[in-house]
Amino acid sequence: MILAFLNLTWPTFANGLALGGVYALMAVGIGLVFGVLRLVNFAYGQLIMGGAFALAYGSQWGFANWASILFCFGVVLGLSVLMDWLVFRPLRTHSPAVMLVATFAVAFLLQSIALLAFGPLGKSAGQLAILNAPWDIGGVFIKKIAVIAFATAVGCLAILQLLLTRTPLGLHMRAAAMDFRTARLLGVRANWVISGAVIVSGLFAAVSAVMLSVTELTVTPSFGTQDTILVLAGVVLGGLNRPIPATLGGFAIGFASGILGGVLPSNQSQYLPSFLFAAVIVVLLVRPNGLFARGGGAVERV
Amino acid sequence: MSLVRRVPEFLAPALLILATALLGLAVSNYLQAYFLDTLIKVAIVVALYVFIGNSGVLSFGHMSFVAVGAWTAGVLTTPEEQKRLIMPGLAHFLVTTNVGNAASLALAALVGGFFALVVGLPLMRLSGLAAGIATFGVLEITNNVLTYEQRIGPGLNTFSSVPATTGIWQAAIGGLICVAVAYGYQRTRFSRMLRAGREDPAAAAAAGISIYRQRLLAFALSGGLAGFAGGLYVHLQPLGASGLSLDLTFITLAMLVVGGSGSLLGAVVGALALNGLFSFFSAATNTVDVFGWSLTVPSGTAELSLGALMAIVLILRPNGLTGGRELSLPRRRAAADLSEKARVTT
Repeated sequence: MILAFLNLTWPTFANGLALGGVYALMAVGIGLVFGVLRLVNFAYGQLIMGGAFALAYGSQWGFANWASILFCFGVVLGLSVLMDWLVFRPLRTHSPAVMLVATFAVAFLLQSIALLAFGPLGKSAGQLAILNAPWDIGGVFIKKIAVIAFATAVGCLAILQLLLTRTPLGLHMRAAAMDFRTARLLGVRANWVISGAVIVSGLFAAVSAVMLSVTELTVTPSFGTQDTILVLAGVVLGGLNRPIPATLGGFAIGFASGILGGVLPSNQSQYLPSFLFAAVIVVLLVRPNGLFARGGGAVERV
Repeated sequence: MSLVRRVPEFLAPALLILATALLGLAVSNYLQAYFLDTLIKVAIVVALYVFIGNSGVLSFGHMSFVAVGAWTAGVLTTPEEQKRLIMPGLAHFLVTTNVGNAASLALAALVGGFFALVVGLPLMRLSGLAAGIATFGVLEITNNVLTYEQRIGPGLNTFSSVPATTGIWQAAIGGLICVAVAYGYQRTRFSRMLRAGREDPAAAAAAGISIYRQRLLAFALSGGLAGFAGGLYVHLQPLGASGLSLDLTFITLAMLVVGGSGSLLGAVVGALALNGLFSFFSAATNTVDVFGWSLTVPSGTAELSLGALMAIVLILRPNGLTGGRELSLPRRRAAADLSEKARVTT
């Protein structure tokens, strides 16, 4: 396995960065909602699946590229707002476990709707496939999508950082993530903050859907599920409570997954999920509060 | 609580299982398959309950114990000449070793329990989301290894030649064994200590309870039951690694939560209700008669209605259909019922 790293090439490295970037976006999307709602949204992958199907239909109906992407954004945002209204809102006051299982139910529901409507074989989202063509950068051929995905991820995260630090909504969101009750007592409007988090999280899901559907051309009802599980692991690995550690955790697992997938010989790369999750478990045993969390995590005294 | 009033606590889930089995005997062979499947689900959900219900910690890893149990029972009962055909890469000593039906189930329980114990040793130190993700990791790793490792099983294929010994009686007895073990456990002081830790970790620790040790015990026990259920399952139908993965994890967890994760009755009711509904719509894909109506639904309706029902029950009754309570005869004053209130925290 160590020797395998000698196979590391620039294109593999770039793919790792790109996957890391997309996973970082997903991690932020999950982390933002967790911050304000204390809800681990397992159905996040199904949002991405919905967006990817929108893209697939966009290319089937001959939409222009921008129209397909817009359609994808519309579908994902609609789904996430609907999810918030129908499921998260009634369950807001319940225990995290009930909410988590409720998101399973939503994930299962959306997946079966997709299965019923689009069939198990999936559809091809071929429209943006030209982005898989390489760019010649100083003699190294790097897929266009890798560059675009990484740049988009960095851009999105920068905008989010500005939103969080420079706008009233961002301030309110950070306050709510720290302590929701106190924030409300101080006049932060709960619904506003939650809707803000849900919408930003939905936007990031849409961006991820566009990026992921370029590399994984066939969109099936289980599209994005495996990615979401990895991202969840990454988010917990980084530390769920604050956005930057969560982002780093998501990036780390995406990067590791991209690199290992590229350099391992095929008889070992089939065990890639095992390697990743074994690493996650080991890290969690050593640092249960997350790799990048500060301090030991206060234990409540009574 | 007096002994008499306690009787329904065990009897209610047991009778539900028996009733399901008897109903399964009354219907056609074709429909009986659904009842068998439901009884296996009951066994799996009861296994989940032993850990999740008592400890209040969610585990996503139990399907790996079911899978390990299924692998154990499957490999040890497939006829030798079939093994050479279906599992060409199987380790030699596994090819030549064969045991009977009952022994294979016992071994499945043993291997499942041992695996859970080994996994639990480090993992039970974790709590909260870290524990959830770590058990998820166990599921992913187990599933990944079982899918590709051909020395211990069929790899990407399924166990297609395991003797189908799980009939309605074996399934019912298996379910009853699970319920009996779960009930027996929850009457012990170990379970009470674990529940104390669930309600208030600090107070329990102050009373000298090692939550880690109690969790580990419950985890190993429930892993053993899960392995046993896996053994029953592989004797029912050809199983592969892909069938024992995420989907089944979610469905069984949802059954537990929908039924009410705080009680044994909840586990059984949840499994019966959700799997009953699922089976009904699956059967209706090929037309069923409902009191003279002939009903046909498009395929996929089963999944859809299951998801919708799960969401609706969680919204309307977040503590589950049973509210996490056992069935007991009414007390003179029904005041102190709050003590058994279900509360699962991640």
